[in-house]
Amino acid sequence: MDLPPFQQLVDAHWRDVARLAHALAGPSHGDDVAQQAWTRALAAYPGLTSTRNLRAWLLTITRNCAMDVHRAARRTVPVEKPGLLAEAPVTSAAADPRPELWAAVAGLPERQRAAIALKYVTDLDHRAIAHVLDTSPAMSRRLVSDGLATLRLTLPEESR
Amino acid sequence: MSSPFAFDPPLTPPVLPESDVSYAVHPTSVGRLLLASAGGRLVLCAYAVDTAAEDALLRRVAGAVSPRVLRHERPLDAARRQVDEYLTGRRRRFDLPVELTLASPFQRKVLAGLGRTAYGERTTYGALARAIDHAGAARAVGTALGANPLCLVLPCHRVLPSSGGIGGYAGGPAAKEALLALEAAGRSCLAR
Repeated sequence: MDLPPFQQLVDAHWRDVARLAHALAGPSHGDDVAQQAWTRALAAYPGLTSTRNLRAWLLTITRNCAMDVHRAARRTVPVEKPGLLAEAPVTSAAADPRPELWAAVAGLPERQRAAIALKYVTDLDHRAIAHVLDTSPAMSRRLVSDGLATLRLTLPEESR
Repeated sequence: MSSPFAFDPPLTPPVLPESDVSYAVHPTSVGRLLLASAGGRLVLCAYAVDTAAEDALLRRVAGAVSPRVLRHERPLDAARRQVDEYLTGRRRRFDLPVELTLASPFQRKVLAGLGRTAYGERTTYGALARAIDHAGAARAVGTALGANPLCLVLPCHRVLPSSGGIGGYAGGPAAKEALLALEAAGRSCLAR
């Protein structure tokens, strides 16, 4: 297996990984999740058996790292509403023109949040989203549309 | 349809530790060099005129050593310093641990034969072929030198065609002439 030099993956995909990490784990854990994802990817890299879809492979690792952070946070912080991110919702208003939108996304169930982030933050199609979430493209479509429906109900009219 | 999810958080690139292979690009007076080391040994010092050449070289290293190839300058500091010293006439031989992972057995034999030609001296492809018991293989020797993974460090620039002229060089003929002139000047300093 002729794998490309790892640095090429970093250069090509670090922005996508960082954006997904921020979307899934929020501003306080985004950098940590991205960093962990790269460390895990580097460790696992020589064992990879296919060079097809390295981007989806990296995004899968990123999502897994975000879930681990989420679980760790759940163990230490009591959560009233299961399925919500235990940390404060995304509120980095300086960088984000629509903080209320991302606060609402952070409140979605994890799979819906991941599907929406993969679709709108890293621009994956439903096939690729299904690959990352280990499900079918039809289910990916459903997760996105359910997530969007919830957001429409949650968000005030003017911020939609 | 434009995404309704405007999202532009401040992003920081990952910081990864040194891994199996480290590399650095080093611009010099004779050209843009790509240096790589593995396990504390220099495995590559080659001319990379552009990023395409750089990619091709790094893929070779990834295939031969390990795909865990990362840009890290520190492991190449000693090599870069010695290259600079050499190119400014302050160093006559390199003192670095090297590994010829990227060379074939025949190439290793040819490159080992370079050791007989000292700083400021010159030899020919034919003479080098005879010296390593491959008389008549001047052309193969030339090809082996052309793929020298450790340019400058293993002085393939000291080998010239017996028919005259400068011959081929990975860094281009101008670089080869500059190196020979540098060594000639250094040698006359030594003699004085």
